[in-house]
Amino acid sequence: MRRPQNLRPAAAPFLGFARLLRRHAFHIAPEQVISFMQAVTLLGPRSMNDICEAALATLAPSPDRRGELEAHFRNYFYGDAKPSIEGEEDDETRVKDDRGAREEERQTIRQEKGGELSSALEQLSSRDFQRDADGLSPFRRKLVSALPARRSFRTTRTRSRGTLDLRRSLSEIVSADGDIPSPLLRCRQAVPRKLLLLIDVSGSMKLHTADYLKLAHAAVQGADRAEVFTFGTRLTRITSALRIRDRGQALARAAALVDDWDGGTRMGPTLLAFLSVPRFSAFARGACVVILSDGLERGSHAELEIAMRRFSARAFRLSLATPLAGDPRFRPATAALRAILPVLDDLVDGSSIGRLTDFILSLARPAPTADSIWKRVS
Amino acid sequence: MTSADVVEIAASPEAIAARLAASRYLADDSLATAIFLAIRLGKPLLLEGAPGVGKTEAAKAVAELLGRELVRLQCYEGIDAGHALYEWNYQRQLLAIRHAGEHEIDIYDDRFLIARPLLQVLRAPVERVLLVDEIDRSDHEFEALLLEFLSDFQISIPERGTIRAAAQPIVILTSNRTRELAEALRRRCVYHWIGYPDARREAEIIMLRSGDVAEATARAVANAVQEIRARPLAKPPGIAEAVEWANAATILEKGGSPWPEAFRRAIGLLIKDEEDLSAIAPELGRIVEEALG
Repeated sequence: MRRPQNLRPAAAPFLGFARLLRRHAFHIAPEQVISFMQAVTLLGPRSMNDICEAALATLAPSPDRRGELEAHFRNYFYGDAKPSIEGEEDDETRVKDDRGAREEERQTIRQEKGGELSSALEQLSSRDFQRDADGLSPFRRKLVSALPARRSFRTTRTRSRGTLDLRRSLSEIVSADGDIPSPLLRCRQAVPRKLLLLIDVSGSMKLHTADYLKLAHAAVQGADRAEVFTFGTRLTRITSALRIRDRGQALARAAALVDDWDGGTRMGPTLLAFLSVPRFSAFARGACVVILSDGLERGSHAELEIAMRRFSARAFRLSLATPLAGDPRFRPATAALRAILPVLDDLVDGSSIGRLTDFILSLARPAPTADSIWKRVS
Repeated sequence: MTSADVVEIAASPEAIAARLAASRYLADDSLATAIFLAIRLGKPLLLEGAPGVGKTEAAKAVAELLGRELVRLQCYEGIDAGHALYEWNYQRQLLAIRHAGEHEIDIYDDRFLIARPLLQVLRAPVERVLLVDEIDRSDHEFEALLLEFLSDFQISIPERGTIRAAAQPIVILTSNRTRELAEALRRRCVYHWIGYPDARREAEIIMLRSGDVAEATARAVANAVQEIRARPLAKPPGIAEAVEWANAATILEKGGSPWPEAFRRAIGLLIKDEEDLSAIAPELGRIVEEALG
């Protein structure tokens, strides 16, 4: 790619636009800026629209950020709407702070209300400090090898039990001058399956969401392909935030992404929303789907049932981990749980990080279906 | 075809749009611009969008517009170099060695080389257009291999040396976005996101693509499909399904079913999921009535 020897003054705004986008966390490579300017030249440009199209085509914003790029474009080249973009950002941060404050308030109120609840909270935080060091890092290391495997199309060399590797055998034959020393074999590789975590962040799960996010962070760090979503009244993808190595930073970023902390639950509709986005539902195909939720659905559970049936049709294994199952007296007695029990592969205890990590690490081992286990118990 | 011809065909986005329309593909301004830029800048074109919005069709139309043959590489999980680049025909090689006896034989001759899509395009860059379909289905290793191919347009065969493209081939990649592609790949391409068209454009597409659907029918189908897509379905209907639905309903109507009934009976061509069908069934009558409105 040739770079213009000396930039003409007319080209300066385009360079400036790219810089502006970089300041707003768009990843734009120098070669893209060059293509952008070449594209503008090629197109004429006959109108501002041409320049905008060129920017969209060459700077390649992801579809979710397309609107944002267009707003920056209008602001930069037409000079309008500047306050609104920046205002939005300020707004967001302000809401974040508010939310944090509100969270603390609610916690203290709850603590005052019932002794049982507050003691649980304290227990949780004291447990946290010990687990941080020794609970999750072994989980992260073991995860790749512990996930169920599927046979990939790609092959690997093997010493026994495989098919003939013709390419390598032939080169061996040629180098041995026509002799066939010993046939070389290959077999299909085993690849770990995808892991999909869906975390309920509604009010009723409040005590556990912090733990679940830590677990999710370890899972994203440990597994090859893991996706994490939170749901309450909305659905939020937080995988990209959890990719950050540093846990504190990652969790802070994830917390900022989620808008529906400690609200109500619309489990059925949000899970259906997940399935109706093709790229999300395709991820669930052949994956281990673990839903971390108490399964308490307000109102009718018809939609939840449909969603779970669809999930079980797509997933390799569909599990629901509920903190309520930590109680030995727990039985799947609510109408919603009874309705979805037949399609679940597992209904397990999700009351602590330890239980959950043990369960996720055991996903590769076959287990009786949730239905049969809970029938035996009750 | 020389590069001058290509420049003439791709004189402007409008020229491209007109030629695409002639090969029965309606492109909006930004898609036409993206295709124009990809051809003129000599960069691969990356098309992303939901299933059924016409990504593969766009690639076919581009090949037709340039008068070139389309070489399609369908990606899948586990696709490897042997399926994408080249492979040796080992059986023939072994036979040839047997046959040759004491004679000298070059078993790495062209006769024994099976060219896969990437090599095929490399060998005849000006006669072929490469379509790498559904790249999101392949794994990361293959994406890296493709990245290498797209940056240099060369393939190294250890037994033969490096094969380079004589000219820059035209490459189109499509993705359903079931996973994020590597930034490096997006960076190297001209990018376009194809969304579902609005009702007016969709009606035009239906008219162009189907056999003999009346304009009023096409409009009604387009309106109804827009309404249906707004619901949380497991598989939202694509444009191809809408065209088939319009076709089927027209045939049924000619066979004697009255209008709203014909649409209802042909619904299996639009919605191909049992649960979606039962979700939409109670409202279908109203949606069709309104669309016919």
